Amino acid sequence: MLTILFDGIAYGMLLFVLACGLAVTLGLMNFVNLAHGAFAMAGGYVTAVLMNRYGMPFLATLPLAFIVPAFVGLALERTLYKQLYARSHLDQVLFSIGLVFMAVAAVDYAMGSQQQLIQLPGWLQGRVEVLGIQVGLYRSFIIAICGVLVVVLQLILSKTRFGSRLRAAVDDPRVARGLGINVGLIFATTFAVGSGLAGLGGALGAEILGLDPTFPLKFMIYFLIVVTVGGTTTITGPFLASLILGIADVAGKYYVPSLGAFIIYTLMIVVLILRPQGLFARAR
Amino acid sequence: MPADPIAKTAVPPSTADFVRRSLVRKGRWGVAEIGFWAVAAATLFLLPERHLILNEIAIIGLFALSLDLILGYAGIVSLGHAAFFGFGAYMAGILAKHGFADPLLGLVVSALAAALLGFVTSFLVLRGTDLTKLMVTLGVALVLGEIANQASWVTGGADGLQGISMGPVLGLFEFDIFGTTAYAYSLTVTFLLFIVARRIVVSPFGLSLRSIRDNPLRARAVGIPVNRRLVAVYTLAAAYAGVAGALLAQTTQFVSLDVLAFHRSADIMLVLVIGGAGYLYGGLLGAIGFKVLQDILSAWTPQYWQFWIGLILVVLVLVGRERLTDKAKALRPRSRGRLAGQAKVLPTTTAGEV
Repeated sequence: MLTILFDGIAYGMLLFVLACGLAVTLGLMNFVNLAHGAFAMAGGYVTAVLMNRYGMPFLATLPLAFIVPAFVGLALERTLYKQLYARSHLDQVLFSIGLVFMAVAAVDYAMGSQQQLIQLPGWLQGRVEVLGIQVGLYRSFIIAICGVLVVVLQLILSKTRFGSRLRAAVDDPRVARGLGINVGLIFATTFAVGSGLAGLGGALGAEILGLDPTFPLKFMIYFLIVVTVGGTTTITGPFLASLILGIADVAGKYYVPSLGAFIIYTLMIVVLILRPQGLFARAR
Repeated sequence: MPADPIAKTAVPPSTADFVRRSLVRKGRWGVAEIGFWAVAAATLFLLPERHLILNEIAIIGLFALSLDLILGYAGIVSLGHAAFFGFGAYMAGILAKHGFADPLLGLVVSALAAALLGFVTSFLVLRGTDLTKLMVTLGVALVLGEIANQASWVTGGADGLQGISMGPVLGLFEFDIFGTTAYAYSLTVTFLLFIVARRIVVSPFGLSLRSIRDNPLRARAVGIPVNRRLVAVYTLAAAYAGVAGALLAQTTQFVSLDVLAFHRSADIMLVLVIGGAGYLYGGLLGAIGFKVLQDILSAWTPQYWQFWIGLILVVLVLVGRERLTDKAKALRPRSRGRLAGQAKVLPTTTAGEV
């Protein structure tokens, strides 16, 4: 029981790292980016390739799993995404679905359609018993890393100059520009960091979520649930939503496997009907 | 005293008149339209070896037409339209499997069932922003997909629904392996439903839908019952999609989970975008374009054709998808010139943020 809770929390934390970039682009910048999972997949593949082909240790690949998607994200934002901020949601949806299709087919072409396996280092494998609970070492590792990330992100957003500039740019880009804030730069940086975090999440999650070319399609709905259910005005909303989603998913699969994803989708619909602004957001 | 040029014509006893006349004019069949359907009918005899793919085109065209009704005319962004398509397909398949082999009966039942589903779920898309609608429609399709996957004693689960055998259409025409009957059947159904849709969009009801799409707040202020109209058109579109799904199930005699998959909703959006949303031929032309494109691409790169489909989507959006349809409209200068003179009487507003 407590083990399930623990696994659920680890899963939820992972989802949060994967989805928090989307929380900013979708929630704050109001851009419907269905291709977010593609960046996560990129991070996962960076780790898989570096480990399996070049024998790099797992930990050493993680920074690269952040940097590569971040640069890809930056390049795409500057060239393509930027032009679509002001366009209709339909255009954004079509554009990002197109990107997903391209990413799926391209990875399939380059890497093959099979599942990528990652050999975790020995000290992250296995379980230990803490206070009578079976605790997976790798999952504790994920919780630790993601926990630190959450705190750092929250601090950056609420305490730093960059954070307040970002919030200003999001609230009213025109006025922010008038005050001398370089909105384009802020958005580009945020997009890059969001993509990088997704990549990091993809690398960390390769072991738990699995990694194959259809990753962006499979988990797209999860990211979207996190963001829409969590609401988009704060970072704590998506965080709580990912924890709930993670725990509900793990517990659901354990106790009532036949209902599968059914519960989650239904819950999402119900929440969205009752609170279109998200569970933890105040209506604007 | 300088006279306001608008003031002279401002007493418009003609407004209602004008609208009525313009609707009637739009309701007339043009030469190009008649030509389009004549060519479609001619393919029945001229392209006998292509009937299988033509059948698919007719079905996809009907499905895209259904999406056009809600997306192009009413402005509801849906990412889960396959829900109704798949529901209709399973309905028809299950009916046929249990001995009700008459195709037309299957169509009617599927249409009614999908309409019921559409009516119930339409209340979910009335609220919230575009994003909420997107998520809710997507969620409905996913839930249905899960149900179809789990309820394998009815639907066959991941193996698909097998053992469907259809009776002859109208008791006269048996389905053959070349797809000739299937194509004739799908084309006829699509054509009949197209006529109905055409009648609807040139009615005052259709006009009110477009005004809701352009500016819901204003439409409400003018006295259009926005929610009721949206529920009605969503239900209608669901029925259309259900019929399209039923056609697919009956003519291929097989239903798999694929009919409810996400990529089907995404594909149909692409179809509509290729053809252009907001006019009825968009879906049909898009279906032709999409299927031909898919045929060429998958013959060229069988495994990776999705890449090129994705690229086309991206390029289409970046270039501006309205531009394509605008060009198509510019080809018909007649209607444009006639409207231009009277357009000043009826000032239009651009869609505002609400």
